[in-house]
Parts: sequence; C-alpha cells; structure tokens
Amino acid sequence: MFTKELFNQSSELKNKWEDEVRKSVTKHADQKEKWTTVSDLGIKRIYGPEDIKSMDFEKDMGYPGQFPFLRGNQSTGYRGKYWTFRMFSGMGTAVETNQRWHYLLSTGQTGLSTAFDFPTLMGYDTDSPKARGECGKCGVAIDTIEDFRDLIQGIPLDKISTSMTINPPATILWAMYCASAEMQGIPLTKISGTIQNDILKEFIAQKTLMCPPEASVKLISDTIEFGTKYVPKWNTVSISGYHIREAGSTAVQELAFTLRDGIEYVEDVIKRKGLHVDQFASRLSFFFNSHIDFFEEIAKMRAARRMWAKIMRDRFGAKDPRSCWMRFHTQTAGCSLTAQQPYNNVVRTVTEALAAVLGGTQSLHTNSLDEVLSLPSEHAVQIALRTQQIIAEETGVANTIDPLAGSYFVESLTNEMEEKAWEYIHKIDAMGGMIAAIEKGYPQMEISDAAYKFQQQIDAKEKVMIGVNKYVEQNEKVDIPILTIDESVEAQQLKRLAEVKRKRDSRKVNECLRDLTSACKKGDNVMPYCIEAVKHYATVQEICDVYREVYGEYRDPGIF
Amino acid sequence: MSTMKIRILLAKPGLDGHDRGAKVLARSFRDAGFEVIYTGCHQSPEQIASIAIQEDVDVVGLSCLSGAHRYLFPEVAKLLKEREAEDIIVIGGGIIPEQDMPALYEAGLKGIFTPGTTLDSIVAWVHANVTPRA
Repeated sequence: MFTKELFNQSSELKNKWEDEVRKSVTKHADQKEKWTTVSDLGIKRIYGPEDIKSMDFEKDMGYPGQFPFLRGNQSTGYRGKYWTFRMFSGMGTAVETNQRWHYLLSTGQTGLSTAFDFPTLMGYDTDSPKARGECGKCGVAIDTIEDFRDLIQGIPLDKISTSMTINPPATILWAMYCASAEMQGIPLTKISGTIQNDILKEFIAQKTLMCPPEASVKLISDTIEFGTKYVPKWNTVSISGYHIREAGSTAVQELAFTLRDGIEYVEDVIKRKGLHVDQFASRLSFFFNSHIDFFEEIAKMRAARRMWAKIMRDRFGAKDPRSCWMRFHTQTAGCSLTAQQPYNNVVRTVTEALAAVLGGTQSLHTNSLDEVLSLPSEHAVQIALRTQQIIAEETGVANTIDPLAGSYFVESLTNEMEEKAWEYIHKIDAMGGMIAAIEKGYPQMEISDAAYKFQQQIDAKEKVMIGVNKYVEQNEKVDIPILTIDESVEAQQLKRLAEVKRKRDSRKVNECLRDLTSACKKGDNVMPYCIEAVKHYATVQEICDVYREVYGEYRDPGIF
Repeated sequence: MSTMKIRILLAKPGLDGHDRGAKVLARSFRDAGFEVIYTGCHQSPEQIASIAIQEDVDVVGLSCLSGAHRYLFPEVAKLLKEREAEDIIVIGGGIIPEQDMPALYEAGLKGIFTPGTTLDSIVAWVHANVTPRA
C-alpha cells in the first residue's frame, strides 16, 4: 500500500522514535511486561506502515460494496439506513412477551427478537417432567400455535422482521410463524425474519440439543431448501459465534468455528439438496459477540466479512455478490458484564456496541445492565436501547463508512485475526469437517482451555475486571430492581396446554405425526409436514419426539 | 491432614446448557487434586442424586443459570436426604439472586457461589468444609 520511498522515510523516523522510547522507558517503565488483547493476542507498542505493507488495496480492502467486502456489504453504509435495533426479549407467557414487544416497538426498536424458555428450546412441552421449574424463566414458553398466536398478536408480520433464537425445534417454531402468517392472509413471500437454527454451535457451546449432529444438520438443510423455494425473504439460519464466545472462546476461535460451521451447512445443502450456492447463500446470516476489547472486536468483524467472501467465491464458486455478503447481527457480551457494581455494565455495553457499529454490524442487541442477575427489567432495557440510539444519532460515528480503515493497527489486527482463523479452519478441514471435529471433542476442548486460562488470568489479576478484581467495593449491596418470573406462570401454562389438548382433534394430530414420521424416514423435507401438524395443534414436544424417535437422541458427553 | 482425595460431582441440573462455569470449576478442582466427575448438561435431580450415591462422592456442586435453581437445587438435596445420603454436601452456583439464597440454604445447600467468585476461594471453601470419607 506504500511506496518504497515512503517506507525509507518512515523507517528513518521510526528509528529516531525508538531511540526516544529507550530513553523514556528508563524514566517511566511500561506498566506491564506483556500487552495483550482480551483474547491474548500480543499488542505492539505502535503500528506503522511496515505492519500493513503486504496489503493490496484493491485485493484486500477496496470500497464498501466491493469484494472482499471488508468495508461493508452496502456501498452506502449506515447513511442510507442504520443497523436494525433488535433487542432480544422473552419471558413468562406469550401474552407477557407480546406486551414487552409492543413496549419496545413504541420506544423505537425496529425489529423483534425472541427468547424462548428452556423447555421450548430443547423441544419439551411445559407438562414434561423435564420442564419442571423452567417454564417461562429465561424466555417465553411456547407449546402450541395457540401460544404463538398470542405472541405475535398485533404485530404486522409483513412489516416487522422477527428473529427467533431457536435451534433444535427451529422447523417447528418457523412452521408456526408460516402457518400464522397464512392464517392472517399474509403470503409466505412477504414475511421476513430469522431463525437461529445453527445446531453445530450448540454441540460446541450452548448445549441446547436434541438429535445427533448429522440428523440435526439435515433438518437445517430442509429449512434452507424450503426457504429458498417458498419464503424468499427469510434468513433460514443465523450462524452464531455469540455462544461460542460466551462459552469462553477467544475472538479468533469465535471467528474460525463460526465460519467453519457455516461451511458445513453450505456443503450439506449442496450435497443433500442439489442446490447451487447462489440459490440460497444470500439468505444465510451470522451472529457475533462484541466483547470488551474494542479493537479486537472491530478487527474480528471486518475479518469475518472478508473471509466469508473468499470462502463463498473460492471454495463454493459463488458468482452472485450477494452470496459473498456476510450479513450479521451482533450482541454485546453478556459474559463481560459483572454482578458487582452493575451500573458499570452500561459503560461496558456502550463500548461493545460502539465496536459493533465500527465493525459494521447490520443489527444489534445491547445488553441491559442487570442481565448478569436476571432477565432485564423494562427500565434497564430502555437504557440499553437508548444506548444504540445515542450512538446512531448523536455521536457521529455512523456518519462515514468504515472510519477505521487504513489504521495501521486495525488493518494489521484484522489481517492477524484472519490468518489465525484460517489455521483453525484448515485444521478442521483436515479432520474431515466440523461434525468430525465435534465428535473428537476438538472445538469443545479448545474453548474449555481458553475459558480456564481466562478465569485464571482474572483470578491472578493479570486481566482486569473493574469491581471484581480491582476497585472492589467491600460489603457491596447490589440495589437494583430484579425481574422475577412468578412460579404461577408454570401453572397457567399447564392449564392452557391441557385445554388445547382437550379441544383439538387428536385423531388429526396423530395422523399428522404419522405423516411426519414417514417423511423423516424417507428423508423428505419435513417443513410442509410441520406446518400441517402445528395447524392442527400438535405440540413442540410431540413433533420433537418424532425426531428423537427417528433420528435418535444426543447426550452431552460432558467434555471438560 | 487426610491423604484421601476429595471426590466431587459437578452437575448441570435441568435444561440449562450454559456450562462454562461448571467446566472451568471442574478443571480447577482437578488441578487442586480432587477427584472430579462431571455429568454434562441436562441431568434430572434423580439422575444427579443417583450418580452422587453410586460414585460415593463427598460433595455435589450444582450449576444453573436458567433461573430454575429455585426448584432444582432443593430437589437434589431432598432426594439425597430421602436416600439417607445427607452427609453428601451440596453446593450451588450460577445466576442466583440474593433473595433466593435463604430458601436454598434452608433446603440444605451449604454454599452458594455467584459470578465474580474466584476459583481459589471455592477450592479453599471445599477444603475448609469437606472431609473426605475413608
């Protein structure tokens, strides 16, 4: 990127500066011996032209909207449209969550994002013995389409996009969405949103699991195929690094494992469904974590865009530029927040949200200050949402596109992030792919190592968490309102489910479940059968039991 | 000091899959010289009580972040008591609001560790409160 002449001039100046540094450090020694990012990448005292000398402007950087999309997918950045303000919410019953949604829309949120409770996430109904104590606790409880209709009451499905954080039962919740839209007279071509539907990261990190990896990936290919044919505006998967990072990975691991999971899905759809990559790739979306190390996060997001573009073009032969776009949502890092001095979390979230915006995210959830203690209260959510609005409309950081481009440090860190992530991807390729790597426990162990190392660094005060290992307040009393989900939610939900089961046509439900079973056995796409089943009030668990029966059940091996 | 090793069962009751804390602790306990058994995620209170008894552990450490600790933790303590294994010490951790703690102690838990607790302090607590059985 620089001429030889400029380099010579710059290295002369650098030598002079280094002489001065040598003198200065005798007076003021560096505060610590080793300077690293939060993920332990080494950081030099200064970065200069020599750190990005191998970069080729056209090939490695370019302009926004140009391959390799380092600087963004769209040529106009945020000037045409801000990122989507999409707060994640869900608690208690569908009716309560619907109220929270309407509140958020009234305060300026521009997209919806659903948190389901654990029984729903794992494919159990509220009346399962496994669900005891969990109903509505950290998300909304959905058993049948009756609950789902309450959830979307008054939400114009053709105007507001809705993201659903759902994995093993993704086919079912999406079927409920499609069926509800049809019942409202809205064609499937008009609805838009995202199902998370990324199962591989569940084996690696978050452990909401149902069937073994291979069958789980098949279900995802079904959704991608169905979406490609009938629901063209829907993002059929959100390939997620967020949970990988929360489980303790480094930024590089988050980047590498997420992209490698994405490769696995693309390969499966091409092989199993015979689609061409350009038919479906533009509806794949991603989800990253924005952690507290400002520049590391920006570099990670910029690298992610460039890497995915190369993967799509070079590995899968994509021709359509939209196939090469990495479109991603970001959430600020829950695991960076502290129960101690919880108001400090506002500051952390601002920093992380700013990194996400400078990294070019298309959609953002900002965590509430109380999320390390409970589900967010309405007041805490409002501060979190206002954080995004202030960043967008007051700070000016969205005025120009990719403002950090060309920064010696940011470009160098972006390159380093990419290089290290490729090493992981090549290693997993050599193992035979992500499913094979998961079966070996490889990504799980890498993340465990990183999580343990990080905790030891915190305990040893090598890394600082304010309020936890530095500036600790003795006998601190945390005095913020905590939202609790009343135990009566479970009783209410049980009653409701029993009523639905009593009123529905059981013969019809059984017939639908039989049809679904035979579709699973034949390897047919399950989506049309799911839509039919949910319309007749089949429950989430009844459908998941079919999957468990046909494909088998996966048990977490507890690798540590 | 006894030369017997402390045997500890780390368990994830219920449907919560956030296992970072449990796994970090498992390593920490192993490095501290304990014998560690980890159940993996999604264990029912019955399964946890049975493993604890079969494996003859000294301590059961429960980890939960979903909010279901109010039901799940007392249930494990209750089942151990019903099976005359109340000498097994039960401790818990995760996202546990302070107002829930009295009920958990009353249900028989002996220690509760929440975010920000150092690994060393938990190991020290176990050393101070648990005597490995011969």
